[in-house]
Amino acid sequence: MTGAKVEELVIISGKGGTGKTSLTASFAVLAEFPVLADCDVDAADLHLILAPTVRERHEFRSGNEAVIRSADCLGCGKCFELCRFGAVVPGGEGEAYAIDPVACEGCGVCVRFCPAAAIDFPEALCGEWLVSETRCGPMVHARLGVAAENSGKLVSTVRSEARRLANEHGHGLVIVDGPPGIGCPVIASLTGTSQALVVTEPTVSGEHDLERVLKLARHFGIPTSVCVNKWDLNPSMTERIEALALRAGARIAGRIRYDNAVTAAQMLGKAVVETEAPSAGDIRRVWEALGLQGNKEKS
Amino acid sequence: MILAVASGKGGTGKTTVSVNLARTIGSGVQLLDCDVEEPNAHLFLRGRQTGNEVVSIPIPEVDESLCDACGECGRFCRYHAIVSFGSSPLVFPELCHGCGGCALVCPRGAIREAGRRVGVVETQEVDGITLVLGRLDIGVAMAPPLIRAVKSRMKNNGTTVILDAPPGTSCPVIATLRGSDFVLLVTEPTPFGLHDLQLAVDMVRELTIPFGVVVNRMGIGDDRVHRFCREQGIPILLELPDDRRIAEAYSRGELVVDALPEYHSHFATLLWNIKEIRNGGGRAS
Repeated sequence: MTGAKVEELVIISGKGGTGKTSLTASFAVLAEFPVLADCDVDAADLHLILAPTVRERHEFRSGNEAVIRSADCLGCGKCFELCRFGAVVPGGEGEAYAIDPVACEGCGVCVRFCPAAAIDFPEALCGEWLVSETRCGPMVHARLGVAAENSGKLVSTVRSEARRLANEHGHGLVIVDGPPGIGCPVIASLTGTSQALVVTEPTVSGEHDLERVLKLARHFGIPTSVCVNKWDLNPSMTERIEALALRAGARIAGRIRYDNAVTAAQMLGKAVVETEAPSAGDIRRVWEALGLQGNKEKS
Repeated sequence: MILAVASGKGGTGKTTVSVNLARTIGSGVQLLDCDVEEPNAHLFLRGRQTGNEVVSIPIPEVDESLCDACGECGRFCRYHAIVSFGSSPLVFPELCHGCGGCALVCPRGAIREAGRRVGVVETQEVDGITLVLGRLDIGVAMAPPLIRAVKSRMKNNGTTVILDAPPGTSCPVIATLRGSDFVLLVTEPTPFGLHDLQLAVDMVRELTIPFGVVVNRMGIGDDRVHRFCREQGIPILLELPDDRRIAEAYSRGELVVDALPEYHSHFATLLWNIKEIRNGGGRAS
């Protein structure tokens, strides 16, 4: 890597729908010359606010997919017997078997052991990734194919392309809109990042899911901050959550109030901090608390 | 009937719909929480635990005394989960899908399979509702094997089964939805809600499962979701208003139908609407 180190902030949540994308869009506006990466590849929404102009489109091919040539199938059922993923569909007495592409994990066991060598194994097209321009800076985003596999690999591709852009063009910061959960795409979003922000909400689900995602961040040794969105929905739960976050070794980045103007901003295709929303000030304070850069608006 | 509750976007109210439907149906219903990364249904239906089982997937174990380092296993594995560098192979359990291929291709029978723990499946009884939930271990990437384990606890006894799906449209959601009879897609009337609903509609059409839509937090956005559903001939089976009392009850872990009994009829109507469509051949496309 050349030049100054590129910082990377990943925004995750555990629970879905806590406001990751709304917050990411506001950070994109507040940050100085960032690269943006939407790693919520199976339900990407950041483009709805940042209105990117697409500059490059790339096919995302990953793994392979078994396809039985029915004319050559002997109907012996060896594939059915060996497949651990329930992806082989019997065709009835003496008839050809078929693969359910949705269930196939591309392991190749059926391909290897078919006595008639009747199974093809083409590369699978799993989606596409795009490089775009937005009013806040370049953006790398993606679209996973319908019912496709390998979301983790697509996330890794989006992240590494965003870092490459940052390095090549002298951006100091990559802001990553992460996926919900704690599984494969979240792990692919988190590993090796410089810091994570967990956006949660003061509900029993928010608390439960935060605890798990903080354990995951700790597992990977990622410095992590927590912010409670819609904190005034349940102030005592907010306090409980902040205490939990501190116990788990995270920092508190602040609170954001319950604000209907957040949806209103979304309807206009604007980031919350581009409007007069009451919560915009809360978001600015969270951004400043992350200590990544100054607030561009003040300079 | 196996009824899956899904959504493209997270946080639209899948769990709210699932647990309140379960309570509305009452005795005998099975609720399977398939959001094994972040299970939440048990926070609303708190009951007596009746089962707790560890779930493992098979991963390779190499017997070095039999291995001659031929490297066949490493060449076969599509996931780079077993790699040979001219010596006995190394296994990377977190990459293994458990296909069993390496053991099958090993010419010396040096690979046997051992279990790698991925999580637990818990069963609870709550006022006649059977709640089954999976909890993925922290750091485990692959949810689908645990989701399949949760679904394998389903009792095929003619009662209604509700599957609470994870958010999104990728493999964990597909693993949940496969084999279900009807899908409820929960969304909200916002640009994000509409966009992710469109992705979810593409997914259930690909799976060829009949479906309908639940619009939550009516009043916060506009009518784009309704226009889309009308144009696509997709039935809207329930609308829940944007009522701060619902959000507050949810925040405390309370069921809407318990905290705000006036909503009981909403969920009863939802059930009736689903049955209507299933009996009448319906308009679900």
